Amino acid sequence: MTQEDLVPPELRRNVVVAPVDWIYNLGRAGSVWPIMFGLACCAFEMIVTLTSRFDLARFGMEFMRASPRQSELMIISGTVTKKMAPQVVRLYDQMPEPKYVMAMGACAISGGPFKDGYNVVPGVDKLLPVDVYIPGCPPRPESLLDGALKLHKQIRGETVLTSPWYRKGVERELPVPEQGPWGLVLPKGEETK
Amino acid sequence: MTDRETFDRLAARFPAFELEFVEGTDPAVLVKGENLLELAQHMRDEEKYDFCSSVTAVDYPDRVELVYHLYSMTNEGGPAILKVHCNKEDPIAPSVVSIWTGANWHEREVWDLMGVRFDGHPDLRRILLWEGYEGHPLRKDFPGSEDEYIFS
Repeated sequence: MTQEDLVPPELRRNVVVAPVDWIYNLGRAGSVWPIMFGLACCAFEMIVTLTSRFDLARFGMEFMRASPRQSELMIISGTVTKKMAPQVVRLYDQMPEPKYVMAMGACAISGGPFKDGYNVVPGVDKLLPVDVYIPGCPPRPESLLDGALKLHKQIRGETVLTSPWYRKGVERELPVPEQGPWGLVLPKGEETK
Repeated sequence: MTDRETFDRLAARFPAFELEFVEGTDPAVLVKGENLLELAQHMRDEEKYDFCSSVTAVDYPDRVELVYHLYSMTNEGGPAILKVHCNKEDPIAPSVVSIWTGANWHEREVWDLMGVRFDGHPDLRRILLWEGYEGHPLRKDFPGSEDEYIFS
C-alpha cells in the first residue's frame, strides 16, 4: 500500500503514512543535543562549529546542554587524561539513553601524539562505546559536521525493536575506571601504561 | 634582568651567601637552598620583584636544579632568575609561598612531576596526577622515559 491508497486526496499535503521507526528516528536524529564538555584544543573547533559560520544547529545539535541529564551526545573533544577519565565515564553514566559518543580528533581516537604519555588514555574507546570517529588534529569544523551527519545516518538506521536501550538485561552503567599506582585500572583488569 | 650589575649588588649585600653568577643566554643567580628565603624576601621587598612568574626544575645527572623567574610589576622589569641546586636522592628546598603566594601551585607541580619537596609549603599535594601515583614522571629515571640526557 502506498501513500496514495491510504490518504484521501484532500489530506495528502498534511498527512504522512510511514513506519514508526522512520518517524521516531527522524525526530530523534533531528534533535541530538550534545553535552557542554570540552577537554582540550579540539573543544575550540567544536565551539566554532556552533557559531553562525558553520552552524551545527542546522543539524539539530541546537544547544550544548550544561547538564548530562539533558543531553544525548557526548563529543570527546580532546585528550582524555587518566586523571579526567573517571569523571568522563561518570558524566556518560548520567546521560539518559539513548546516548551516543563521538571521538573527535587524534587524541580521543588513539591518544594521538601523546599516546605514550604517563597521563594519557590511549583512545577513549577503551572506556566508552564510541559511535563516530572524527579524524584530524584538530578536525576542521566541516569534519565535525560530517561526523554529525554520520551520526544521523546511524540513528536513522536503528529500529525500536532491536535497540539495546529498550531491552532488559542490558548493562546500563559503565564501570568507572580506578586510578592505580601506575595508570588507569581498566574495567577489564588491564592497566594502561 | 639578572645582569652583572644586579648580581654584584646582591653579592655585596649578602657576602655570606656565596652567591654565584651563572653565565648563559639568560644569566642567573645561583643561591644555596638554606639562603633562598632570605634572598627571596630581599628580592621582593628591596629589588621590587613582586611577581614570581614560574617555579620549575631541571633534572641533571648530578643534581636537580630549581629555577625561579621573577618579574617586577612596579618597575616593569625582569626576569630575574634564581637557581637552587638540590641533591638527587632527596631533593628539598624551602617554599617561597610565604613570599609570593602565586608560587603555591608552581611548587605543587614541581613536587608532582619532579619530586622536589618544599619545606613549609601549606598544601603540598599532587596537582596534575592523582594521589596514589607512584613516582615523578618528569624525572629522567622514571620508568618508560627512555630518552637520553642531551646537553649542548
